Amino acid sequence: MYKTTLAQLVYDFKTLRNLMAKATPARSGDYLAGVAAANNLERVAAQTVLAEVPLKRFLNEALVPYEHDEVTRLIIDEHDNTAFATISHLTVGDFRNWLLSEQATTSALTAIAAGLTPEMVAAVSKIMRLQDLILVAKKCRVITRFRNTLGLENRFSTRLQPNHPTDSPAGVAASLVDGLLYGCGDAVIGINPASDNLEATLRLLNLLSEVIERYQIPTQACVLAHVTTTMKAIEQGAPVDLIFQSIAGTQKANDSFGINLDLLNEAHHAGLQLNRGTLGNNCMYFETGQGSALSANAHEGLDQQTCETRAYAVARKFKPLLVNTVVGFIGPEYLYDGKQIIRAGLEDHFCGKLLGLPMGCDVCYTNHAEADQDDMDMLLTQFAVAGGTFIMGVPGADDVMLNYQSTSFHDALYVRQLLGLRPAPEFEQWLIQHKIFNSENQLLQQPDMPLLFKQTLQNLGNADHD
Amino acid sequence: MTENNPITLKLDPWHELTRFTPARIALGRAGMSLPTRACLDFQLAHALARDAVNIPLDFASLARRLSTQGYKSLTLQSQAENQAMYLQRPDLGRLLNAASLSGLQNNAAVVATDAVIVVADGLSSKAIANHAEPFLNLLLPELLQKNCKFPPVCLVKHGRVAIGDAVAEHYAARLCIVLIGERPGLSSPDSMGIYFTYKARAGKSSDAERNCISNIHPNGLSYQRALHKLMFLIDKAEKLQFSGVDLKDETTDFTEKKLQQVNFLLD
Repeated sequence: MYKTTLAQLVYDFKTLRNLMAKATPARSGDYLAGVAAANNLERVAAQTVLAEVPLKRFLNEALVPYEHDEVTRLIIDEHDNTAFATISHLTVGDFRNWLLSEQATTSALTAIAAGLTPEMVAAVSKIMRLQDLILVAKKCRVITRFRNTLGLENRFSTRLQPNHPTDSPAGVAASLVDGLLYGCGDAVIGINPASDNLEATLRLLNLLSEVIERYQIPTQACVLAHVTTTMKAIEQGAPVDLIFQSIAGTQKANDSFGINLDLLNEAHHAGLQLNRGTLGNNCMYFETGQGSALSANAHEGLDQQTCETRAYAVARKFKPLLVNTVVGFIGPEYLYDGKQIIRAGLEDHFCGKLLGLPMGCDVCYTNHAEADQDDMDMLLTQFAVAGGTFIMGVPGADDVMLNYQSTSFHDALYVRQLLGLRPAPEFEQWLIQHKIFNSENQLLQQPDMPLLFKQTLQNLGNADHD
Repeated sequence: MTENNPITLKLDPWHELTRFTPARIALGRAGMSLPTRACLDFQLAHALARDAVNIPLDFASLARRLSTQGYKSLTLQSQAENQAMYLQRPDLGRLLNAASLSGLQNNAAVVATDAVIVVADGLSSKAIANHAEPFLNLLLPELLQKNCKFPPVCLVKHGRVAIGDAVAEHYAARLCIVLIGERPGLSSPDSMGIYFTYKARAGKSSDAERNCISNIHPNGLSYQRALHKLMFLIDKAEKLQFSGVDLKDETTDFTEKKLQQVNFLLD
């Protein structure tokens, strides 16, 4: 069925799952899983065959059996045939042409989102070049709200990530001040706790909530603990804005994360009931990343990019404020070098946006990957050009708790300056009001003591002399 | 290079906050970008971390240093043939190659063995070069004092944590102690980890059956504290007859300086 002859060689791909894996641009995780194309020719053969597959086929041939996997059931059961109608006659190759055409306007793309399955989107991404991924993603518009408005045109947001190796309140606060004074934090102020226990989570939740309240910052907070820890915190009356969870694209991988759809549903409802958003109620924050299913030995024979895209079906069920692909965190056994990390980041952004998600990207790498700051500049710039929703803001790009390199406050300012992108409007007003930014989207030089924290910093100075 | 020209360079007046965190805060800016000094500082840290991953461990030198202290060792290798393969194929890093297996056969245990000590380069050769020998100098006498019998220390090139399982199985040892170079951070390129597994068996032991003592380096956990934790885990595992997630490290950690507990933004 999935057969072609190229250069006098016959290629017969037995299943759609096999075809998808072989059509995927080279990456180390697929070699590790033993699902990648054996050589360049086999990859192109697979891409050629994949381009001829009708989109409808994906509704009839599940890549992971329906009976066996609740993510597949979610994808099939929630598929919107009406939204699909416009494109239901297309093959994967035709779909690429349609996406690039003038017909695929922002509103047309919004209209088909519910009619697309992750597999359709992953398939088309496999035959798209980076410029295609950028151009089409740029046409998508996904707007979400909690205490501000994210995803508007010509806006670019940041998660302020003030992590500290021991969750010290003073250490967190120091990075928080630094980030705010550099104009970061409109997507969320989000801390990865050093230890996932309830006590630490409660302490950090209270800290962030009090700071946001005291300084009237139009943003939201999140402590990135396991969803069950956050639910316990809610039961104890903690001020929870966003509920975080890492998610993956197979039931088995989600099992290994200690979650399932029912649990996420319960968490979502608990978040909605708190009703802490002022402008909207998108209260979930999800993180994903290619390779996470394989690392849990739960990839079900899928390539890692298809697995990743299936995680977006899980995300979209719960109308998140933010989805973040933590693209280079996992290491070189899944994404070997800068080239693989860059492509993966842009694929994830494209696939997520097409499915209707507010996609951010943790533009990042570890020290054992073949990558450096130049590679990050490439991905950062291309992600921003593609209309990415948000990136991380980590002091000096060096996360001292998680031991990896992400994007810095300076990186965010670089992109804003280069492309004329502004923070979320409510947050921008706050920055202007507190004389951190001017109305021209520029950072103002701070006086001896920045006005917002003048009293605080002076007290600190005095305390030293006591 | 001058760092005080206010026209091209803007300093951050909240510099005093740097005492609360090792994070790279208050770096200042050139335009809106990173100043030259901060940019080069970062490149230096990255170079050190990269070298920790890529510069091969001098196994012969490590063996000599151990021998000087009176400890025998055996040098083995995983099925990863080179560094690039090691990084991309964690599965191969968990298996001993043929030469190493036969090397082990020639070193059959003559007496009953209690423990095996495995040292693997892992992701930071610098960690092992700096910390393995001094740590073993504390650990091995402690084990001997407990009348714990162990074969030569196995030094494994391109090894992952689970490679210790094969060694433990070969010697039919109850206690498997693996010292390994951890994924290097920008501020900790030479961090060593210790993994302890009770009754480790090749291909059977899961990560949930291991206990990890992480972050052993000059700015992290000291050798003495690491040893204290490891001996606690060993004693407890001997009583419980298992290791892993249900074996909790109950040694108390140092309490943080009071300074760090204050939130100056709110207090």
